[in-house]
Amino acid sequence: MQIDLTVNGKASSLDVEPRLLLVHALRENLNLTGTHVGCDTSSCGACTVLLDGVSVKSCSMFAVQAAGSNVTTIEGVGSAEALHPMQEAFWSSHGLQCGYCTAGMIISSMDLLRRNPDPTDDEIREGIEGNLCRCTGYHNIIVAVRAAAKAMREKAPLHSVSELLPALSPQPVEV
Amino acid sequence: MAFTALVGARVRRREDPRLITGRATYTDDVRQIGTLYCAFVRSVYAHAKLTSVDVKPALSRPGVVAAYSGRDVQEKGFKGGLPFAPGPAGKNTPMHYLLAIDEVRFAGEPIAVVVADSPYTARDAAEAVEVSYDELPVVVDVLKAAQGAPFVHEQFGTNVAYTMPLRAGDPDAAFRDADFVVEERIVNQRVAAVPMEGRVAFAHWDSGNGQLTMWVSTQIPHHVRTQLARMLDLAESRVRIIAPEVGGGFGAKADIYAEEVLVAWLAKTLERPVKFVETRSENFEAMSHGRDQVDDLQIACLKDGTVTGLRLTITANLGAYLQWITAVIPTLTVLMATGCYNIKNLDIKCSAVFTNTMSTDAYRGAGRPEATFFIERAMDLVALRTGLDPAEVRRKNFVGKAMFPYPTATGLMYDSGDYETTMDKALAESDYAGWRKKQAEWRKQGRYIGIGLSTYVEICGMGPSKALPGGGWDSATVRVEPSGAVTVMTGVSPHGQGQETTFAQIVADELGVGIDRINVMHGDTDKVQYGLGTYGSRGTAVGGAAVMLAIQTIQEKSVKIAAHLWEASPLDVEFREGKVGIKGDPGKRMTLSEVAAIAYAGAQLPDDMEPGLDATRRFEPSNFLFPFGTHVCIAEVDAKTGEVKILRFVAVDDCGRLINPMLVEGQIHGGIAQGLAQALYEEVVYDEGGRLLTGSLMDYAVPRAENMPHLELSHTVTPTTVNPLGVKGVGEAGTIGSTPAIAAAVIDALAPFGVKHLDMPLRPEKLWAAMQGGKA
Repeated sequence: MQIDLTVNGKASSLDVEPRLLLVHALRENLNLTGTHVGCDTSSCGACTVLLDGVSVKSCSMFAVQAAGSNVTTIEGVGSAEALHPMQEAFWSSHGLQCGYCTAGMIISSMDLLRRNPDPTDDEIREGIEGNLCRCTGYHNIIVAVRAAAKAMREKAPLHSVSELLPALSPQPVEV
Repeated sequence: MAFTALVGARVRRREDPRLITGRATYTDDVRQIGTLYCAFVRSVYAHAKLTSVDVKPALSRPGVVAAYSGRDVQEKGFKGGLPFAPGPAGKNTPMHYLLAIDEVRFAGEPIAVVVADSPYTARDAAEAVEVSYDELPVVVDVLKAAQGAPFVHEQFGTNVAYTMPLRAGDPDAAFRDADFVVEERIVNQRVAAVPMEGRVAFAHWDSGNGQLTMWVSTQIPHHVRTQLARMLDLAESRVRIIAPEVGGGFGAKADIYAEEVLVAWLAKTLERPVKFVETRSENFEAMSHGRDQVDDLQIACLKDGTVTGLRLTITANLGAYLQWITAVIPTLTVLMATGCYNIKNLDIKCSAVFTNTMSTDAYRGAGRPEATFFIERAMDLVALRTGLDPAEVRRKNFVGKAMFPYPTATGLMYDSGDYETTMDKALAESDYAGWRKKQAEWRKQGRYIGIGLSTYVEICGMGPSKALPGGGWDSATVRVEPSGAVTVMTGVSPHGQGQETTFAQIVADELGVGIDRINVMHGDTDKVQYGLGTYGSRGTAVGGAAVMLAIQTIQEKSVKIAAHLWEASPLDVEFREGKVGIKGDPGKRMTLSEVAAIAYAGAQLPDDMEPGLDATRRFEPSNFLFPFGTHVCIAEVDAKTGEVKILRFVAVDDCGRLINPMLVEGQIHGGIAQGLAQALYEEVVYDEGGRLLTGSLMDYAVPRAENMPHLELSHTVTPTTVNPLGVKGVGEAGTIGSTPAIAAAVIDALAPFGVKHLDMPLRPEKLWAAMQGGKA
């Protein structure tokens, strides 16, 4: 089947099997390998992307269901020149280790802040309950989401990778 | 020795820019034209004769390129089995074919492989392979298996792979003279590692050069290379293994799997790139599991709470086959049986037993969480029996600060430790005494809170080669480039631990190079000298120590170059604060860049010196490392639902010197999460017929953010001299320390119901039943 969709702002036209999952279309047809697959039961959230601005698990829908939609993957969230505040916060707060869940975790957290710009820690924990992380114990992810929420509310300036790379991370703010 | 702030500072990880922007390359992200995909046919029975395996129906499907049974693989010339460390198993070591031949011994064992031009086609075609079975009797329960038939491997006439006895002191006298003996059976349930990225392998055969390249999600790339070369009869120098970004391992990727070897064999046989990406269900079936021991304890005690002797029967479940270090894991439990306590009279018998289940192998802690769990439960049981506070029982039995270096009755030498200081800090920071008061008040109101304590010591920094099959050293190359930029190549294989950052911090401080000019490389056997990989909390303790040795060699050569240039005695020249200089003359200094320029130009070097500025060094540890700490957990059990809520979790860990406190905290956070997972939620369950009941993330309860409490961490720093960095390992300590504290808190909460011990996982239904007097 032929489908048209917009991915990270670019118009794409794909010829796909009707049963092809969206995540495989992104990874295999469009080579956007930043989105990962961590399970086969839509339990882990590693494959989370934004579909018309709302987070979805891209392993749980067919590519054809995304026809006509706007998809944002981690590659489209920010860039090395201007990181999204959520990306910067995950970095500064050591909110990732092996990095495999990170794309999904960042995108779910962005969706959480869209719905609730100033969440409590409990609301953050609930907001990311669809995403599994095996490395961090979630501790620093909570810290990161809180820091990102603050930066976004305050419209803090965006930073580039090269600006942040030489600098030390800030001391963590106690919960 | 450091002059900048980098060692000891919260340096942002160098790894992260690629990971947070989706630009990292995991194995499944590697692309090659003409790639084929494989899917495995796996046994649906736990034990059966294979009467026929017919791959023809799969072969006739469009898009299918090849399909093989175990016999086909043999007939095409691959006759061997998977490699493993026999450990004490000696003769009772079964052949482990890549694909089962004649008999399957666990549900999920690979029987056939189908290769096709797309993963979807391969999966569909695998369904078409026809397998006929004759079911055989199944044994899943480790205690039953230890007793006798049915046998997993008929030829041994037993399921016991080995028994390992250990006697020390005079246990009979200790038990004869004891005021009382505490007994308990403690079950350490089977759990799964569940790295978010499962097993992935992608092999490419370059027939023109006779060169095999395999990207694989592993913790041990060089071991994989050695073993693959041997199995495929290739020169080791023609095999390149690349562990690119690895999405978690936790010990279960310190292994060599049948599927990985087959992918390499298929690529070579078919002369096409071949990829294997397991599903999560396959990951639960066929990636090695962890733990699974039954520990029967008898503790000889005096009235004052002094433990005088330990009788212990360990029955360890190995699963059906020996994976890479399956057989070694239970021996670590034996070595750590006395924990941080001065117990000299021991009578231990460890039996390692085959069952019709997936193999157990290394999983975060690997043998030590089991030991810590039973010895910590023992201290709590002694406290209950004597009426003493659990903290005071521990204080009475600790190996005292003045007793180090301390030889354990199990034959280890604890180099350093200060258990009481760490415990006192944790008791103070958690307000232990205050919670004891609150507990009494709340109980009157019908609220059940418990206070759990765990004072652990673990063995890591694996380790001295004399004590380990396959060696325990590791390697580093530090190469100063002509510009003064530095390339570091480490033999360890980090996959989330952050050594691209911590090793760069060390180099920056010691050689006076900006951290942005340092590149730490790992995981590619064509780039990096031989090394043993990342496991057993050894990355920084052994790999980092090798980096430090290489730095020292660079410093020594720099001193000689400068001395020659300045016509000074090398004794008057030193490498200090990142520069070479004349002692006591601040005006006479040279940067590493200036030294490098001279070293590569060559003309100004002493006659007997080779040009260039690099060093490859290997660090052989003289001993293991013994990090320790105290974890305190305050938990409340809901009387109506049995649900556990953790009110506070305080961890005070002593892992020696901290290179990057932020990364150390991250390791402990993650470790505690996996320890909590075992205490409260996770369990791999097979039914009596050996069918896996927990084969997906819908059935196996990996904790979510809501299940994790806020964690309060702090440290004590007791130096070690085992390595030149003064670090101890920290990868596994959180897991080892946390589980007993959490279990103890929950069990303590249920003390009003007469509960003295419960086996993990402590899920609501079990706790609710316990509160109803055991009747659900």
